[in-house]
Amino acid sequence: MECCFDPQWPADELLMKYQYISDFFIALAYFSIPLELIYFVKKSAVFPYRWVLVQFGAFIVLCGATHLINLWTFTTHTRTVAIVMTTAKVFTAAVSCATALMLVHIIPDLLSVKTRELFLKNKAAELDREMGLIRTQEETGRHVRMLTHEIRSTLDRHTILKTTLVELGRTLALEECALWMPTRTGLELQLSYSLRQQNPVGYTVPIHLPVINQVFGTSRAVKISPNSPVARLRPLAGKYMPGEVVAVRVPLLHLSNFRINDWPELSTKRYALMVLMLPSDSARQWHVHELELVEVVADQVAVALSHAAILEESMRARDLLMEQNVALDLARREAETAIRARNDFLAVMNHEMRTPMHAIIALSSLLQETELTPEQRLMVETIMKSSSLLATLINDVLDLSRLEDGSLQLDIGTLNLRSVFNEVMCLIKPVASVKKLNIVLNLAEDFPEYAVGDEKRLMQIILNVVGNGVKFSKEGSISITASVAKAELLRDTRTPEFFPVPGDNNFYLRVQVKDTGSGISPQDIPKLFTKFAQNQSPALKNSGGSGLGLAICKRFVNLMDGHIWIESEGLGKGCTATFIVKLGIPEKMGDTKFPLIGQSAAKRVQTSFPGLKVLLVDDNSVSRAVTKGLLLHLGCEVTTVSSREECLRVVSEDHRLVIMDMCVSGVDSYDIAVQVQDRFTKRYERPLIVALTGNTDKLTKENCMRVGMDGVIVKPVSIDKMRTVLSDLLEHRVLF
Amino acid sequence: MDVVQLQSRLSEYLKSLFNDGTLDGQFLQLQQLQDESNPDFVVEVVTLFFSDSEKLLDDLSSSLEQPNVDFRKVDAYVHQLKGSSSSIGAQRVKNACIAFRGLCEEQSIPACLRCLQLVKQEYLYAKNKLETLFKLEKQVVAAGGSIPSLDAGS
Repeated sequence: MECCFDPQWPADELLMKYQYISDFFIALAYFSIPLELIYFVKKSAVFPYRWVLVQFGAFIVLCGATHLINLWTFTTHTRTVAIVMTTAKVFTAAVSCATALMLVHIIPDLLSVKTRELFLKNKAAELDREMGLIRTQEETGRHVRMLTHEIRSTLDRHTILKTTLVELGRTLALEECALWMPTRTGLELQLSYSLRQQNPVGYTVPIHLPVINQVFGTSRAVKISPNSPVARLRPLAGKYMPGEVVAVRVPLLHLSNFRINDWPELSTKRYALMVLMLPSDSARQWHVHELELVEVVADQVAVALSHAAILEESMRARDLLMEQNVALDLARREAETAIRARNDFLAVMNHEMRTPMHAIIALSSLLQETELTPEQRLMVETIMKSSSLLATLINDVLDLSRLEDGSLQLDIGTLNLRSVFNEVMCLIKPVASVKKLNIVLNLAEDFPEYAVGDEKRLMQIILNVVGNGVKFSKEGSISITASVAKAELLRDTRTPEFFPVPGDNNFYLRVQVKDTGSGISPQDIPKLFTKFAQNQSPALKNSGGSGLGLAICKRFVNLMDGHIWIESEGLGKGCTATFIVKLGIPEKMGDTKFPLIGQSAAKRVQTSFPGLKVLLVDDNSVSRAVTKGLLLHLGCEVTTVSSREECLRVVSEDHRLVIMDMCVSGVDSYDIAVQVQDRFTKRYERPLIVALTGNTDKLTKENCMRVGMDGVIVKPVSIDKMRTVLSDLLEHRVLF
Repeated sequence: MDVVQLQSRLSEYLKSLFNDGTLDGQFLQLQQLQDESNPDFVVEVVTLFFSDSEKLLDDLSSSLEQPNVDFRKVDAYVHQLKGSSSSIGAQRVKNACIAFRGLCEEQSIPACLRCLQLVKQEYLYAKNKLETLFKLEKQVVAAGGSIPSLDAGS
């Protein structure tokens, strides 16, 4: 085809050459592009259009192949080459069309991918921003928690406030942080704490500034002007652009604010002011989250402060209580010491005073029996009278102290009322007749003959009252009226404290003593029953007496659930003394007295105790023989020992009863009781231990009870008494 | 003398002892303890009392004659004597002992010596009376009668 035409210009060779080369390079490129594509696509994992690539690759390869084969067609070529060329071109055409068609679909897709990519990038940027915000918030929250922790970790007011300021300053990178507290008067705010200044002194601002009111009016943090008085804490230097200032109120909660169901009322209107300043020249601004932080912190501080206040209060209260406790304890111990001292004194004086008195009285009465000259007899009688008086006085004083501390107990027994009054009459008649006074006793018709009560003390009361009547009368008559008080007459408006309760077993005895003596002026009447208070009128100074009589009477009357009072119209008009006491009604005749053992008369009393093994401890041979005889008479089997060691040696569980005479000389008999008890581990094996003593006082009885003795018998012991004691002991296992 | 007369003489004598205070109710209790199982109880106890008291009185005398009188010991002796005498009902002896104890508190030797004399006197008096009483009782028993019991009231 080429050879028939125009002769080729020599440039044809060149052209041919260049064409040849270009075709070659094209082919090369065509072949290498798909290789590159394959290589890079293989590398990338996400390319979605692989099939397209294959297609594209095939297209390119075929194009390359075409160009390559073209190389052989420049010169004459065989038919094979032509066929190959044609095939290649056909394929290439097919693939390229297919690819072209494909691209129509693909390119829009690819473009939209790009759009999506842009969109995602925007979204990512947005999320980043949000993340940043959240992180900031979380940090703020962390700061708040940390601040709160710091603030609440201490209960000291100053530490709380100082810590708050320091931590806030640190967290928010503040330039200055200050706290203004209201003064005592409540009219000013005083700078109390500041971050930069260690000891702020002297700064005060009046509380009613508008800016302050504005801040106090809301619970939120309020931006205030840097020029307001609360913010002007540092010297203003011209070039500084002060940073923004925020103020927030801190409620000062009072204890009484915390009610159970309500939230604390913030109407107390006591607030402190916290002022926070950003660093100047920093162009920082208060962000919302920072303001929130400040508000939260202000609330926490308020709570922490009130906790601190509560704690302070309670510590103070506790200290006060402790002090009071100590003081009370001391006072109690002092009182106890005083009481013990008094009791000791009384116990000693009881014995000490009575013993010499006994001696004096006994010896003077003995002396009276001997041969005496009249003067001597007179002297001895005077001694007797004086010593009896003294003995009575001592007894009175001791009785009174026993009455006062409540240790006196009445000796209840059956008494013959009529004989009591008769005895009183017998005693008082001689004295009265000497003074030429007339005494009249009126007993009512229904006057009971017998009653149950303390005979000795009743007589003492009557004697005292009648005696007073006689003492204070120079002439005239004394009348004594005794009757059973009727219930309606018992209640007296003059004596509202007296509430008589008549019952089935008792009645109220009313005794009235009228005299025509010197009388008592109304203002002296209340003092009558006060001990030691004497009637000061000169006419009566010589009548003697200690002033105790009526006081003791009153106490006895009170012990008998009664009441005593004196009435008088005035001086010179005589007086009337009346008392009412409660007495028991005796059950039937044959009631006998058992002062220490109890009213057991109605009970069946064992008359004999055969086989009862008793161990008797007494170092006095005579009294031992007597007690032994007594026990033998009652049928017991008696073993006697005369000393403590023997007692401990001999005692065994065979003995049901150990009787110990408390006069075992020099040795503490209570000790033996304890030792005997210690020997027996089981309670039922242990013998009953009873003390035999001449002492009637309460202390002995108490001591015996204390060491665990089962009873006390007072000497002298009669057969009947011993019988009853043994009976009671065996029945009840205890005598107390 | 016949039994009845002897018995009445005995009763009178006993009554007189009560009246002058030599004896008190405790003695009657002793008499009540005397029965068939214990026929000589009273005599035994009183004899015991005599021997005991004599010893005590001797001890007292010697203690009070010491150069340094131990009043505690003296008081202890007197306490014993008081106990013994009150156990048998020797009232005057007991009272004298009570007075003696008071003087021991004073710690005055001359007063104690004087009181000792008093106690001795009372003791001898009581001893005398009791011995006579027992003699009368023996006479009554020898004459075939029984000792009349006096009730606590009279």
